[in-house]
Amino acid sequence: MKSLKQFPLKPILFVLFLIFIVISFLIEFAPGVAVGKNFGLFSFQMVKVLPAIFILIGLFDIWVKRETIVKQLGETGGIKSFLWVFILAAPMAGGLLPAIPIAYTLYQKGARLTVVLTFLGAVGVGRIPMILFESTFLGWKFSIIRIIASIPLVVVTGIILGRALEKSDYKLPERD
Amino acid sequence: MGFLYILTVVAVIISLIANRQKTKKAFIVGSKMLWMITPPFVSILVSVSILLHLMPNEMIVDYLGDSNSYFGVVVASIIGSITVIPGPIVYPLCGILLEKGVSYSVIAAFSSSLMMVGVLSFPVERAYFGNKFALLRNIVSLFITLVIALIFSLANGRII
Repeated sequence: MKSLKQFPLKPILFVLFLIFIVISFLIEFAPGVAVGKNFGLFSFQMVKVLPAIFILIGLFDIWVKRETIVKQLGETGGIKSFLWVFILAAPMAGGLLPAIPIAYTLYQKGARLTVVLTFLGAVGVGRIPMILFESTFLGWKFSIIRIIASIPLVVVTGIILGRALEKSDYKLPERD
Repeated sequence: MGFLYILTVVAVIISLIANRQKTKKAFIVGSKMLWMITPPFVSILVSVSILLHLMPNEMIVDYLGDSNSYFGVVVASIIGSITVIPGPIVYPLCGILLEKGVSYSVIAAFSSSLMMVGVLSFPVERAYFGNKFALLRNIVSLFITLVIALIFSLANGRII
């Protein structure tokens, strides 16, 4: 996981970004103000969901035994693994980004790659908060067609890609 | 959102009753992971806020406004792949596109690629799962997006 630390945005750059935003607000520099407002809005969105998600990941990590995950989402999980990940994805908030560490935790606990991939797909297509918004603005018909079309695609591609990766003996990056 | 917190609070209470020591450990594990992911998250938030300023909603509407062709689907999935727009903003935006007469298939390509393909979150995905996994998953997701758009163009006028 070393690569998580060497990220493009160095702390000094982030400080400069914040200074730029503050100055933009002071001198009413419109583009800076707009970027600052965006940043505030998106940060708030993330700050709202992240603490809860990481508390749940922590609890999951401590309480759920590896054997349980191996049994439900591992080689022996069979078809019900895929049902599980859709149930797991449904209440998720915050989109793909916070789902990545969750998927990783599942993998660490022994879930198959096919299941991990399906989970990430399920987060993309089957989150309830998202579907509520979608159906409000685009109509129920739209949501239903999209969901019916997406679920098999996500499962089938998850299985194909996951199996291909497992066959090639795919290794995840080293953890430090 | 509300549901997530209710779930979390209930889970924490149950965990506290069951074992305080373990609950404490769970919080430590959770905060460590949160701490680890904060720098990349902040990087992404900064890039998204700049990108969305350079490509505001009006511009997206302009771009997709009169595209109903396969070309429109391609443009929509490219825009959807490179941006990250929070759900509460995406769907009203899609509603505007619909009112403007943009076809369902273009809207489906836009919203699906936004939700499934993450160019901006790619570095995080790569750090956790490796280059090959992240690359292939995003390519496959783009493919799913295009198939969904195709299904909508077939359903157009018949079902929806």
